[in-house]
Amino acid sequence: MSKPLKKISLTKLLHQNKNKWSFIKLRQFYQSLEKILKETCSYAELCTNNGHWLDYTGTEMNSSCFSCSSVKPDCVCELTFSFSQLFEGPVFFYYGLSNYYQNYRQYGVSKDANQLSGDTTYFLSPQDTCSPYQYDSSGKPIVPCGSIANSKFNDTFKLYLMVNGVKTLVPFDGKGIAWWTDYNVKYRNPATVNGSLAKAFDGTVKPPNWPKPAYELDPSDAANNGFVNQDFLVWMRRAALPNFRKLYGRITGGDYSQGLPAGNYTLQINYNYPVVNFKGTKKVIFSNVSWMGGKNEFLGLAYLVIGCLCVVMAIVMLIVYAKYKFSDDDDMQ
Amino acid sequence: MTWRDLCSWTRRRDSSESERRLESNLPYEGEKSKNQPNRHYAGNAIKTTKYTLWNFIPKNLIEQFRRVANAYFLSIAILNFVPSVNAFQPQVALIPICVILSLTAIKDAWEDFRRYQSDRKLNRRPCLIYSRSQQSFMERRWKDVRVGDFVRVLSNEIIPADILLLHTSDPNGVCHMETANLDGETNLKQRRVVPGFCDTNSTFEPLNFNSIVVCEKPNDNLNHFSGFLEKGNKKTGFGIESLLLRGCTVRNTADASGIVVYAGHETKSMLNNNRPRNKRSKLERKMNIEVFFCVLLLIFMCLIGAVCHVIWLESFSTIPMYFIPNSDGTYTSSALSGVNMFFTMIILLQVIIPISLYLSIELVKMGQVYFITQDVDLYDEERDIRMQCRALNITEDLGQIQYIFSDKTGTLTENKMVFRRCTIMGTEYPHSENATRLALLAGETDADEEVIYQQNRRPPLFSLEEAQDGPARASARLPGNSSLHRSRVTAGASSCMAFSSPMETEVVPDETLLHLMENEEDKSYLDFFLAMAICNTVVVSTDTARRQGVTGRRNSALSSNPLECMEGLFSRATCCKRLRKSLEKLTRRRDSHVEPFDMGQTSFYDVSAFTNSVEGFDEDENAPGHRSNVNRRPRTGSSAAAPLEVCYEAESPDEAALVHAAKAYGFTLLERTPDHVTVRLPHGKELKFKVLDVLNFDPVRRRMSIIVRHPRTREIIMYTKGADSGIMERLHKSFEDPRKAATESTNVAAETQGDLDMYARDGLRTLCFAKKVVNEQTYSAWSIRRQEALAAISRKKELLMDTAADMENNLTLLGATGIEDRLQENVPETIRALREAGIQVWVLTGDKLETAVNIAYSCMLLDHRDLVFTFNTESKEVCSTMLTGILEDILQHEKQEREFSIGLVIDGRTLSLLLDDDLQTQFVELCSHCRSVLCCRATPLQKSRVVTLMRHRLKVMTLAIGDGANDVNMIQAADVGVGISGQEGMQAVMASDFSISRFKHLKKLLLVHGHWCSTRLANMIVYFFYKNVAYVNLLFWYQLFCGFTGTAMIDYWFMIFFNLLFTSAPPIMFGIMDREISAFMLLQLPQLYKRGQQTGGYRRSTFWIGILDAFYQSFICFFIPYWAYEGSDVDIFTLGIPMNTVSLFTIILHLAIEIKSWTVVHWVIMVGSVLVYFIVSLAFSALCISCNPPSDPYWLMQQQMADPIFYLICILTTVVALLPRYFLHALRGTLMPSDHLKARQIDQLPPHRRDQFLREWRNLQELCASFPSVSQSTHSTINTPDI
Repeated sequence: MSKPLKKISLTKLLHQNKNKWSFIKLRQFYQSLEKILKETCSYAELCTNNGHWLDYTGTEMNSSCFSCSSVKPDCVCELTFSFSQLFEGPVFFYYGLSNYYQNYRQYGVSKDANQLSGDTTYFLSPQDTCSPYQYDSSGKPIVPCGSIANSKFNDTFKLYLMVNGVKTLVPFDGKGIAWWTDYNVKYRNPATVNGSLAKAFDGTVKPPNWPKPAYELDPSDAANNGFVNQDFLVWMRRAALPNFRKLYGRITGGDYSQGLPAGNYTLQINYNYPVVNFKGTKKVIFSNVSWMGGKNEFLGLAYLVIGCLCVVMAIVMLIVYAKYKFSDDDDMQ
Repeated sequence: MTWRDLCSWTRRRDSSESERRLESNLPYEGEKSKNQPNRHYAGNAIKTTKYTLWNFIPKNLIEQFRRVANAYFLSIAILNFVPSVNAFQPQVALIPICVILSLTAIKDAWEDFRRYQSDRKLNRRPCLIYSRSQQSFMERRWKDVRVGDFVRVLSNEIIPADILLLHTSDPNGVCHMETANLDGETNLKQRRVVPGFCDTNSTFEPLNFNSIVVCEKPNDNLNHFSGFLEKGNKKTGFGIESLLLRGCTVRNTADASGIVVYAGHETKSMLNNNRPRNKRSKLERKMNIEVFFCVLLLIFMCLIGAVCHVIWLESFSTIPMYFIPNSDGTYTSSALSGVNMFFTMIILLQVIIPISLYLSIELVKMGQVYFITQDVDLYDEERDIRMQCRALNITEDLGQIQYIFSDKTGTLTENKMVFRRCTIMGTEYPHSENATRLALLAGETDADEEVIYQQNRRPPLFSLEEAQDGPARASARLPGNSSLHRSRVTAGASSCMAFSSPMETEVVPDETLLHLMENEEDKSYLDFFLAMAICNTVVVSTDTARRQGVTGRRNSALSSNPLECMEGLFSRATCCKRLRKSLEKLTRRRDSHVEPFDMGQTSFYDVSAFTNSVEGFDEDENAPGHRSNVNRRPRTGSSAAAPLEVCYEAESPDEAALVHAAKAYGFTLLERTPDHVTVRLPHGKELKFKVLDVLNFDPVRRRMSIIVRHPRTREIIMYTKGADSGIMERLHKSFEDPRKAATESTNVAAETQGDLDMYARDGLRTLCFAKKVVNEQTYSAWSIRRQEALAAISRKKELLMDTAADMENNLTLLGATGIEDRLQENVPETIRALREAGIQVWVLTGDKLETAVNIAYSCMLLDHRDLVFTFNTESKEVCSTMLTGILEDILQHEKQEREFSIGLVIDGRTLSLLLDDDLQTQFVELCSHCRSVLCCRATPLQKSRVVTLMRHRLKVMTLAIGDGANDVNMIQAADVGVGISGQEGMQAVMASDFSISRFKHLKKLLLVHGHWCSTRLANMIVYFFYKNVAYVNLLFWYQLFCGFTGTAMIDYWFMIFFNLLFTSAPPIMFGIMDREISAFMLLQLPQLYKRGQQTGGYRRSTFWIGILDAFYQSFICFFIPYWAYEGSDVDIFTLGIPMNTVSLFTIILHLAIEIKSWTVVHWVIMVGSVLVYFIVSLAFSALCISCNPPSDPYWLMQQQMADPIFYLICILTTVVALLPRYFLHALRGTLMPSDHLKARQIDQLPPHRRDQFLREWRNLQELCASFPSVSQSTHSTINTPDI
């Protein structure tokens, strides 16, 4: 991690010029800016700058997920952290990936919208856009086809609160995390055959990276399977930027409707998704939501700065106008 | 199929022969087409459409792809079909190009359909064709007419094809034809039956026609036609005087019949029918460089994209899971991916070269042309002539004119000739009474104009005749043929009223001359006036047709002001000092000629009586003459009392002026047929001269002659009229013979020459009259040669010229006349305004030097403060010495930093020397120092050479303006050609890009419309580039965050809509309607025009500032939403929506900052565009679930619009993006406003303050302008070569 290093050197530089007040001001400004814009914190502690987040990629030796980062199936690792005070709810739980280009053009094209709308004619012959995740090596059609579906994020998380030394599960509400229109209009499961969704997928194979076929994504809830699985829908909505987060669940249930109480937490991670090979990172984010969506310091700051700028410009223009106009009027007389 | 084959074969056959042979169709009537003798010739059906229903699509597509831009966009769309390269769904990528193509196709189809409709209307017009089976003329349609048919045309009908005239109802075998439809000449032209056919007073029997017509191949020369009739071995020649031309109207003749020689597209009128020209404007040429820059920018951006993509690919040590392998499981190498990415980026960023720019420019220009032609100020009420734009795509060139080359006659002057003075046998008659009357009349016309205009609703010409002749036919036809009827009426109504204002028709005879004529019976006077009356081509229409052609013409009071005329005399004065001296001298001299304005004399024309005569002009046309005769002589009175009213139809206005002048002295031209001319003499006697031959006017000979046999003396007399150069050299030998130097005739010639010089200095046009008595033998010998020449087909022109020259020698000079050509109204003001606007005005005229110089002074082209150099030499050495001397002087002056203005007067002979290669450079250099240049006696070719020379050597925008056929070359040579739809025919108008009816309209056309058009178009083009760069850059910034993989964060459909729907209307409206400064201010402050001359209102810096601003704005439009959404769970298209929206706001509001004038239309279009954006986006997001994958717009807009951050981003981003431009705009407006900005600020003041400001501004300018002249006048020692 080079960022903290850089920070130190900069701070040193600033120290040397301490006697000059302008530099002090500058340093203070820089620090505050840095605090807002950069997220600098190390592992195993909850970073609190922009949301509360926790890196679990496991690239560093002291990370508890280090052992999982070289791909091993069904690897589980645990991270612990604590809230010193109540983290007000409703709390949203995200997973975040970096250096992950979901906006890669050919990746974005690699799906079959007709298939995903439940049109079974495209089950047996997916569109060419899905290639090479169109047919498996034996020539069977892949459903859902394409690279987007194939690369679906498949880490799973469980959050425990340590109450009196006992781990109590904090439930994630995974319902309604996708767009309503995606769930209700755009993505449709094929018509069930004899009441079974699995039969509708007959003659097709699961995407190669998936451990389970589409109709078995959520064993706990039969309605959350197939193409309308919430996690699947969230994944299919491609992130705009290479560093992104995606909603995993909400913490709204029962005791946690007010938020996460202060205390020690353990996050149990089913580490499946490989990111190290493309220098990606994985993290989880807790965020609480205001009336205007997520926290957004940038807009607030920008409004302040631009507002000030406008006032300054207005004053400048007023002065200029007054000066010019009066001298002009003098000329006239 | 066979028809088409035949058709093509016809053309081949026709072109392989040098002549066309045809015979009557009648013997073959009803036979199969292959037996028809004339089947190879084109039929009369016309088709001016470009396309047919079947070939429209392929042909139109080919036409469109000839444009480089369209081909470029198509190739990019095709590139999209390459799988490894494509950026969008291939089919979708075709949409923009298809929309553009189909819009253009619709426009083309509409234009073509209009042509089709007008063709059909023409083809369906009725006409009379002779039918053998019916033994009579039967009604058919125009399209049924074939070559070899016999066609009868009735009075006031339009002629359906080119017809060789074989019979008319006129006993003399004459038919009158109005050619206004063809060449705009409003006089009647006479056509004669082919010799040998006119003897039949009985009805014409086409069945008896058994000759073969041999004539030349179809050509576009309206004034030339030749051929002969072959009957056995007998050949009868005929010429243009026997050809009725398609599109003309038969007048004054009950019916005319003939055989069709050319039909349809082979008729002379159709061959003359040129499409409007396609010129490329300077701005468009300039724009191509910007397009080139854009291409470079595009390639640069694509290279960056490709290279960065490779770097990005290489940054991964192992292959990430989101990379897509090929179907065989391998991955494309990074280098190849880089190459592919280059092309992908081209597809993605293609819009940087604006696809709709070309179409938009076309639309904008159409709109501009529409508004220019609708301008009421450019409309001529008197003549109902509107401004016409014939070239649709050079409107903005009007705003960049640096040089104007103007014709004099008819352009600066009215070309309404007024007889002023004459000299007979060496004695000058100043006609001072006439001058007084004209001065008075000029004052009166203004008041009368209204009244006269009301009277001006003329009834259709020859209405009575039509009524007499028409009933049977009219009743038979009217029901189904209202169109025909209407056209007939309009054809009648458009008749001329040219040359018939009282100013031109009434001449008050000179008292002295009248006395002389009364007292002594000198034959020379008789001859002089006879020559004046008959030596012309004036046609008399003494019919019931009354031409109430009276219009008050607002004449420039200046030109009739004697003082002004006096000023005009000082053409040779080259500086103030000389001027004063000569002023005194010349005034003294003039006083002997011009009697001072005296109340005692004027009392005899009382003003009220005069006004009366103007109003009631058609009741007593000769009123003034009549009145004046009361205290004079009964002789002229008798002519006025005659029952017949005569109306003259002249080909040129000076002929009419002369005939009217002759009439004032009692020599009234009563009738003119090809065979005889009737003149009533002052005593009331009528003389009927038999016309033996007419040698028509041509510009080489510069004279015309008529050979008549005197009815009493039986002598053969030739009267000749022409320019002095054309006559003087052909006078009787004795004039040049030194031995007989003392004879009277020599004195006559010398004195006449002196008078002519004086006339010329006065700015009068001069014509000399001469006479020759020919003896019988000479004549008959000559006549035979003449007949041969007439019948000749090849070399006919030269033969005719030779025979004419043989006859026109040994002339006896009778006298000369001086005709005034009045300045058009507001000419000096217009020229001054154009000057102030920084435009150099040159006058190129065929007139004499003195005449031209005078006009130049009176129209402020030359100023008395100017240094005027005159080049009038035939020697090359003198010429080059002068050039060198003058240039040295100028350089010396420039070193001393003295400003002065130079005028240059060049004679035609010298001009040809100066245009030679070796003197050219110096000449051009001199010209670039001159304020004004005047070229006299310039031939049409010289005119165009001067224009071309200046245009190429000085690299300036040139405008040529003229009204006559002699200006056509010049008009075509200039960047912008302006024709004046005047009285010298339509050739100039046909060749021009714009046509106006008066010179003064040039002021508004250039200063206002030119300025507007060039500013608008320049702004629009810059805006268009800005718009596209701004939008495309948005996509480019995104590449930084998607590994340069060519992903667009905006749904492709939104991108298409954005360019085609949401942001297309505002710039077009901007290009058509924006008015930087009001017309009032532009006319008040002509110097505002100057900006356009250097830059065309379009500076390259503006372009680059626009591009830089586009970069900045796109940066803001991308990065503010980016920072706002950074690290969030936003998906691609959701990020794109606010970016798209803020781009729209920025682009629209950017235009709002640029727009200078707001009207309702502006508001509607601007607000409408935003509304359309939201409505269409919402609808599209709601309806399109997965219409066109990978397009994925479903519910995006709704999702975003439910989010408050979206609005916060929109507001902030738009403000930040526009802040710099707005701030600088505001600061510039206050701190350093340009002249244009100041003018706009002044314009917004309340009227009284505005006028005050304007006065101050102008005073300041005059002060500035007067300084150089002050310094110059004190420094008049400069060597001025004077002739």
